[in-house]
Amino acid sequence: MDKFTTLTGIAAPMPLINIDTDMIIPKQFLKTIKRSGLGVNLFDEMRYDDDGNEIPDFVLNKDAYRDAEIIVAGDNFGCGSSREHAPWAIKDFGIRCVIAPSFADIFHNNCFKNGILPIALPQEQVDVLMKDAEKGANARMSVDLDAQTITTSDGEVFSFEVDAFKKHCLMNGLDDIGLTMEKAASIDSFEATAAQSRPWV
Amino acid sequence: MSPKTLYDKIWDAHVAHEADDGTCLLYIDRHLVHEVTSPQAFEGLRMTGRSVRAPDKTIAVPDHNVPTTPGRENPENMTEDSAIQVAALDTNAKEFGIHYYPVSDVRQGIVHIVGPEQGWTLPGMTVVCGDSHTATHGAFGALAHGIGTSEVEHVLATQTLIQKKSKNMKVEITGKLRPGVTAKDITLSVIGATGTAGGTGYVIEYCGEAIRDLSMEGRMTVCNMAIEGGARAGLIAPDEKTFEYCKGRPHAPKGAQWEAAMDWWKTLYSDDDAAWDMVITLRGEDIAPVVTWGTSPEDVLPITANVPSAEDFDGGKVGAAQRSLDYMGLTPGTPLNEVEIDTVFIGSCTNGRIEDLRAAAAILKGKKKKDGLRAMVVPGSGLVRAQAEEEGLADIFKEAGFEWRLAGCSMCLAMNPDQLQPGERCAATSNRNFEGRQGRGGRTHLMSPAMAAAAAITGRLTDVRELM
Repeated sequence: MDKFTTLTGIAAPMPLINIDTDMIIPKQFLKTIKRSGLGVNLFDEMRYDDDGNEIPDFVLNKDAYRDAEIIVAGDNFGCGSSREHAPWAIKDFGIRCVIAPSFADIFHNNCFKNGILPIALPQEQVDVLMKDAEKGANARMSVDLDAQTITTSDGEVFSFEVDAFKKHCLMNGLDDIGLTMEKAASIDSFEATAAQSRPWV
Repeated sequence: MSPKTLYDKIWDAHVAHEADDGTCLLYIDRHLVHEVTSPQAFEGLRMTGRSVRAPDKTIAVPDHNVPTTPGRENPENMTEDSAIQVAALDTNAKEFGIHYYPVSDVRQGIVHIVGPEQGWTLPGMTVVCGDSHTATHGAFGALAHGIGTSEVEHVLATQTLIQKKSKNMKVEITGKLRPGVTAKDITLSVIGATGTAGGTGYVIEYCGEAIRDLSMEGRMTVCNMAIEGGARAGLIAPDEKTFEYCKGRPHAPKGAQWEAAMDWWKTLYSDDDAAWDMVITLRGEDIAPVVTWGTSPEDVLPITANVPSAEDFDGGKVGAAQRSLDYMGLTPGTPLNEVEIDTVFIGSCTNGRIEDLRAAAAILKGKKKKDGLRAMVVPGSGLVRAQAEEEGLADIFKEAGFEWRLAGCSMCLAMNPDQLQPGERCAATSNRNFEGRQGRGGRTHLMSPAMAAAAAITGRLTDVRELM
């Protein structure tokens, strides 16, 4: 997995609540058996018209935001389906950090498996960051995972919380499965006990 | 011993390792797999030379992509990309030696209907699947939730998940439901009350007289949509109905093992003095037949209400509501029961079980769908379909002018050819009304099977109580 340490980049404002995973990557793109190549279809139905032409009003189609690396969004980002194609598409587009008042549980987990940092902040702080993002390409925001801070283009600093284990994995690009396999003895022992206590499983 | 919730008890029985910071390895008893979210996980195993740790606890079935029309055993009758995904599942199931129900098997169906039907899902288990509606299995008092593909690979390789414990929420539905009100109305009404983020960070236990009174099918409908309320999982404590449902299923324990299982299952309830982080109570008598009007499952209103306006809301919901109204093509103030529809979809993991088909057929018996309307019934599994044929329900649907399809997810998420056209409006028994969910530009109103049947007859959103 790619490491995430610090990021300074353009933030795209998406002031909409309940951005669901069907919006992030519609179902017709779930037929792939790969993880790559989904960035072009990120937010497909909001981004392109019926003929496949770009909808100029959509934020990521605006010149200022084509190279965005951060999204600032409304409450409950990533709700709906468990499809990991959503973070795959976000990452493939080039976005490494999403900031919102809250995230849906499965999407939040999926981000950490893909080197994306989801940051939940109180609404009033997201409002400030949203205004900063609306300034366009010259207003770059900085995220420092180690320090757990976001710095606006004006130098205003916000602190954020992140689970210590997930932070450790993200900063070091660690593979979850490899880490779990180091605890194989615990799993073996659990299975042996469960085979006695719940043999029907 | 300190009092525990049902969730606490199941959690404690599955912790294989706990780190100092509370991060746990939770052991997984059942891993359900389908064709859309698993290919990359199996590929990951191959690339790292890993194997499936517990193939006997891993069950695969194709459901999302498969056509629901005859001849689908032949890959030429699928779109090429769908056929590739289904073929990949065939290959992966064989290569890794996991249980498998191919499309040619009568037991094939939606993974969340097949699991309980075959007795894979049992009380007190941990059940995961790369699908958010895994919450369905919580109806058995199993801790069940959706996971992403990286976690699918993690479970395949280690039979565990890295987890931190959620908080406990109790949702109590007191008293009796009124006529025409169903499990779907309960679960939608709860989401209407909590919002789609209200359950974030929680596992919900549904309880109360109205929940106890539900059949297992109804309880599965309620738990299925726990995810739509944002919760990690929904649970209902097992009782005699649960045990009766499980007994004799192909993969349920038998003989002495059944007795041993029952001894434990009977301890699976929340202790009287257990601590809850949040409690929500609805009166069963206050719940009406409901429909959704917008593009979020929280946009729930009684069928007797009018389309709201954006000004009825606060904060970020104002903009979202206006966007929903524009997308749905609805004018504020319009009575919901005057909204005309083009399509009726009865099926999905929310409402594709036999009881759902019985409820819809009871309304449709001897009646016809409105002319010009497209209506389809997609049973949740081949066995549900066979039972419905045996009970004469299929004939009722066909005589009413419904298409009688083969089992699959179908128009719930419209990955297969069953889709809405832009602007088409659908009365659906599924679980999500998101923009584009049932087809680009398609408009979805969620409701119970009986309400969808009523809408098919009148051609508009309809209060089922008028037809009872």
